Amino acid sequence: MAKKFMYMNTKAPYGTIYALESLEVVLIGAAFEQDVSLAFIGDGVYQLTKGQNTDGIGMKNFSPTYTALGDYDVNKIYVEKESLEERGLSLDDLQHLTWEDEDEDWAEKDSIRLVSRSELADVIEDQDVILSF
Amino acid sequence: MATLHTVNKSPFGSSVLDDCLGLAKSGSTVLLFEDGVYAATTGTKSAEAITNADGITFAVLGPDAKARGVEGKIADGIKVVDYDGFVDLVAEHDKVHAWL
Repeated sequence: MAKKFMYMNTKAPYGTIYALESLEVVLIGAAFEQDVSLAFIGDGVYQLTKGQNTDGIGMKNFSPTYTALGDYDVNKIYVEKESLEERGLSLDDLQHLTWEDEDEDWAEKDSIRLVSRSELADVIEDQDVILSF
Repeated sequence: MATLHTVNKSPFGSSVLDDCLGLAKSGSTVLLFEDGVYAATTGTKSAEAITNADGITFAVLGPDAKARGVEGKIADGIKVVDYDGFVDLVAEHDKVHAWL
């Protein structure tokens, strides 16, 4: 039976390996057909910013991978509103992540759900497994 | 669904405890271990926040507090557990949220 897996992303992308490792594990979870959700809190919201370019630092820019998550049925991406605001960011600063709804003639829908801290607490409460990165 | 949160970072060098307290629901437990134990020591802002947190139970892993010489400074009302107590906490809760 599929379990509800929540991946908590809490760190900025290139200073540590956590963000990249989280993406790898998310794709593994999705391949095993689990019910996958992602949350981005704290510096984790920096993982989703537009316009990342790692040409000068010798590391792979893995930010395009987030746009592929929809193809793996990973379409519940929660971004904590307070964390965005504290960092002077809004949804417009983040990549536009979408998925195609098979049940509605492949209509394109937004994957990112902007939620308050208390709304996110409720979502986390409802999960079976929480993995923090 | 009762959740056991585990925090292993000092509140002075990391925002993990704040993040945890921001999302922890009433009825959950927070276990402080490794450098997380400093958060429970008297005279700190974090110990004050812990004492005032409504509906959340706090515990400290005794061997980690002892190793750091702060076992005698753990604020009142915070339970001190040993490794067996840690295992009991895991077993008593529906899931574990291991904060990083």
